[in-house]
Amino acid sequence: MASLVGSRVERKEDTRFLQGKGRYTADINIANQTYAVFVRSPHARAKIKSVDTSKALKSSGVVAVLTGKEIAEDKIGGLIAGWAIRSEDGSEMKVPANPPLAKDVANFVGEPIAVVFAETLDEAKEGAEKVKVDYKVLKAVVDPADAMKSDAIHDGVDKNLCYDWLLGDRKAVDEAFAKADKIIKVDLINNRLVPNAMEPRACVVDYNTASEEITLYTTSQNPHLSRLVMSAFGGVAPENKLRVVAPDVGGGFGSKINVYNEEIVCSWASKKIERPIKWVAERTESFLTDTHGRDHVTHAELAVTKDGKFLGFKNETIANLGAYARVFGTVTPTYLFGPCATGVYVIPAAYSNVKAVYTNTAPVDAYRGAGRPEATYTIERLVEKAAMELGMDKTEIRMKNFPTQFPFKQTLVHTVDSGDYVAGLEKAKQMADYAGFEARRKQSEANGKLRGIGVSSYFEACGIAPSAAVMSLGCGVGLWESAEVRFNPTGQISVFTGAHSHGQSHDTTFAQIAADELGVPMENIDVVHGDTDKGTFGMGTYGSRSLTVGGIAIVNACKKIVEKGKRVAAKMLEVNLDEIEFKNGEFVAIKSNKKKTIGEVAFACYLPGQRDEMKSPIPEGDEPGLIESSFFDPTNFSFPAGSHICEVEIDPDTGNVKVEKYTAVDDFGRIVNPMIVEGQVHGGIAQGIGQALHENTQYDETGQLMTASYMDYTMPRADNFPEFNLGFTCTHATSNPLGVKGCGEAGAIASPPTVMNAVIDALGGQEISMPATAEKVWKACKTMKKSNAKAA
Amino acid sequence: MKSFNYHAPKDVKDASKLASSNSAFLAGGMTTIPSVKLGLASYKDIIDIKNIKKLSGIKVSGKSVTIGATTKHAEVAASKDVKKAIPALAKLAGNIGDAQVRNRGTIGGSISNNDPSACYPSACMALNAVIHTNKRKIDAEKFFVGMFETALKSGELVEAVEFQIPEKADYQKHPNPASRYAIIGVFVAKHKKDVNVAVTGAKSCVYIDKDLSKKLSSNFSVSAIEGTEVKSSGMNSDMHASAEYRANLVSLYAKKAVEGC
Repeated sequence: MASLVGSRVERKEDTRFLQGKGRYTADINIANQTYAVFVRSPHARAKIKSVDTSKALKSSGVVAVLTGKEIAEDKIGGLIAGWAIRSEDGSEMKVPANPPLAKDVANFVGEPIAVVFAETLDEAKEGAEKVKVDYKVLKAVVDPADAMKSDAIHDGVDKNLCYDWLLGDRKAVDEAFAKADKIIKVDLINNRLVPNAMEPRACVVDYNTASEEITLYTTSQNPHLSRLVMSAFGGVAPENKLRVVAPDVGGGFGSKINVYNEEIVCSWASKKIERPIKWVAERTESFLTDTHGRDHVTHAELAVTKDGKFLGFKNETIANLGAYARVFGTVTPTYLFGPCATGVYVIPAAYSNVKAVYTNTAPVDAYRGAGRPEATYTIERLVEKAAMELGMDKTEIRMKNFPTQFPFKQTLVHTVDSGDYVAGLEKAKQMADYAGFEARRKQSEANGKLRGIGVSSYFEACGIAPSAAVMSLGCGVGLWESAEVRFNPTGQISVFTGAHSHGQSHDTTFAQIAADELGVPMENIDVVHGDTDKGTFGMGTYGSRSLTVGGIAIVNACKKIVEKGKRVAAKMLEVNLDEIEFKNGEFVAIKSNKKKTIGEVAFACYLPGQRDEMKSPIPEGDEPGLIESSFFDPTNFSFPAGSHICEVEIDPDTGNVKVEKYTAVDDFGRIVNPMIVEGQVHGGIAQGIGQALHENTQYDETGQLMTASYMDYTMPRADNFPEFNLGFTCTHATSNPLGVKGCGEAGAIASPPTVMNAVIDALGGQEISMPATAEKVWKACKTMKKSNAKAA
Repeated sequence: MKSFNYHAPKDVKDASKLASSNSAFLAGGMTTIPSVKLGLASYKDIIDIKNIKKLSGIKVSGKSVTIGATTKHAEVAASKDVKKAIPALAKLAGNIGDAQVRNRGTIGGSISNNDPSACYPSACMALNAVIHTNKRKIDAEKFFVGMFETALKSGELVEAVEFQIPEKADYQKHPNPASRYAIIGVFVAKHKKDVNVAVTGAKSCVYIDKDLSKKLSSNFSVSAIEGTEVKSSGMNSDMHASAEYRANLVSLYAKKAVEGC
């Protein structure tokens, strides 16, 4: 039987999604449900003097109104920061309380203050308008660069500083800089992004008054983790009385990792009011309250020799956490950022210093790439600028500083197990016709346009695990993953995984690997995820971890199935165990060539007895049934890497930037389904181009989100992109038996600097910040014209 | 969304009778429905005029093109008659919003709303349009009064828009990348005697750029307006575009439109 791993199998999910048969949280309705509408702070920072619910309670159809007072009285816990980060001076990070309903103070526009439950959605809205909140408006802290000089917004958090973190050796860096021929410097803003999952957040809660069990249907990337957090920290219900189901979820990008206020409040309230509750975010609520991404202010320097060798790197960053520290909020700008900031290069001395600050804006957390796009942007802008200032070719300077020996001990944290960065960049150059660029530039010039080319070489640490590493860095949980493979007596197989698919095509990818392991058609395999009552346990999907951690747990559980199958088959075929071979779904007795299929063996496992022709003895020491589980905790992260090349053309009259060509060459180790991987790369590049050219989250000085709708927030669209030109190189990961590396975030990590390097190249080296909108570019073109005129 | 009474009369008279100070006519609903849903507007009565047959359709005579109020952008864009008589108008309609908007949005709705960055008002101004209502006929230049403001009185309903067929015309738009409304839209129409350059998106209301119109009236060529400085004073300045950038775009897109004629 041909291997399914490596083939372009069509997605099992497509039938239901393309026919509109997906079943999302908002599609779920429970008899007798009430509708929840949240009363949210219209102010970025305000004292809550009083909340008057009396008129709302009398409003037609209103069932209940609850506030921060009641939730505090019931001792329901708040939202949490999942990683404990220590400052350079050894002190613990400062984390303010984040109650599910704000009681005393509101810290960002959209923060929930109260909730109204009513018989219909309109009645709930009407009721919510009648909740009177008396605020004392305070001066908001909005700009992260000024946050440390502003009023402290949380009690006990001096200078609004969560931590002042250092990774690396300042002294060694100073020494390296002293030896440099040239210091390259950049000041960068990594623009804040709103995740904009197509499906807004939602929850439906059903409290069973008899069993006292709460069932929460929710838009989560990690239902087990949600249950754990809500139980352990929220005190909503013990884990055995809380079932969390994340059915089809329409995109997460990190914004659905967190347990949010609304899920905690509705779960708690359903028990309190003894009615089912439904809440679905409106798009404005998504803009205001989904965790945002990025938002760094960075100064970085690279020390180089005159022939382009890198000697040292320093990175001083202010990271905006927003109003509160959430699950991945504190680790994203530290351990997911700092170690990768030295990029794919041998740099003998380096440090990253990050000051994370609180502001009166929506909380910032992991967003596709989480820390690694910011890291790659920092180093790749520096490297490109170094090439420009040294008059070197931008690919040559990269080649010169690539490691060539693997494992490669990266400067700050990681030991990269495998890679071939030279091969990746060579292939990208060839595919992009790098050599032919000058001719294309001249052609554009003849048409009155400016053409630029940009390169970015990246590596990233993903497949987020291993527990030993992440826990030593401050993670509050282990990041293993579990799987259970369950053979039914009649031969179909259910594969339970703790990973969660919200666009990643696990139904297909996981079925492919299990089918190969078990030698059965993938049609016989169903992948089950997203329900804490079904799967064993799981840490969920983020950090490009599903395949490299969760997929391997499936492989290992399948191997256990085969091992047990061998023992049973040996008994059935009356031969010794070492005479049994398993291939293509059959257990074969080598000498006699007698066979039992894996289906027959599974059947036997459930009917362990003998009568007439039926002989299905279970070997001594084995139990009936054919179900195996596995928890996999890898020995290392996985380290995908690659090189991307982009060409843009600028119209100097309008400042419009057109992405003319985009070439991506990535090394994801062994690829299970090339079509799905290409889809992931396409999506990632699209998001990265969105960040580089279009997406422009703006708060005004009072903390109002100016870009809170699609009228004002520019999402990238299909007509903003050229056909992407994708290529792959392959070095296997050594930290897992499939040799796979994560692919979900790479596109979003590599593309922003690639595009910006191209734009800045077209502008003759003039620095410009993301997003490179038409007006900004137009202004830069005017400056360029002036300086060219002067030079002439 | 606040609840309201929904009416779907079959003729203009009934529609007019239902109108009050607390009602809204509903055509494509591209602005009214989102406004009501977001709680920015609420009405006691919403009067859907889609079922009034005489309000829809396109008629071409020797001198003019008349488009019924409830005619959808997609219909104007695809109309062979419009493409032949005033291709620039079909092009304008074909680039409004996105396919969903073009399949719902109407010309009557667009001009009655008079969004400062809507495309149609510029065509009305440049093509000396006459707005037919259930009460009277209004010249375009008197119809568009200010930001989201028209000469329409309470209960007055646009029935059709009559455009004068020019010798040549073109519409050029620099879309807002998010909403795809016009950051700047310039409609240039060359009539027998004179030239109109109508600009949308730049100020609080659509207007005729008199300087550009005059120069092009005496010499209809790009060179006639080359180097003409468009002043940024009075122009909108917001997070999408500064007044200075808009002014640059007006002169640039006026030239593009002349070239496109």
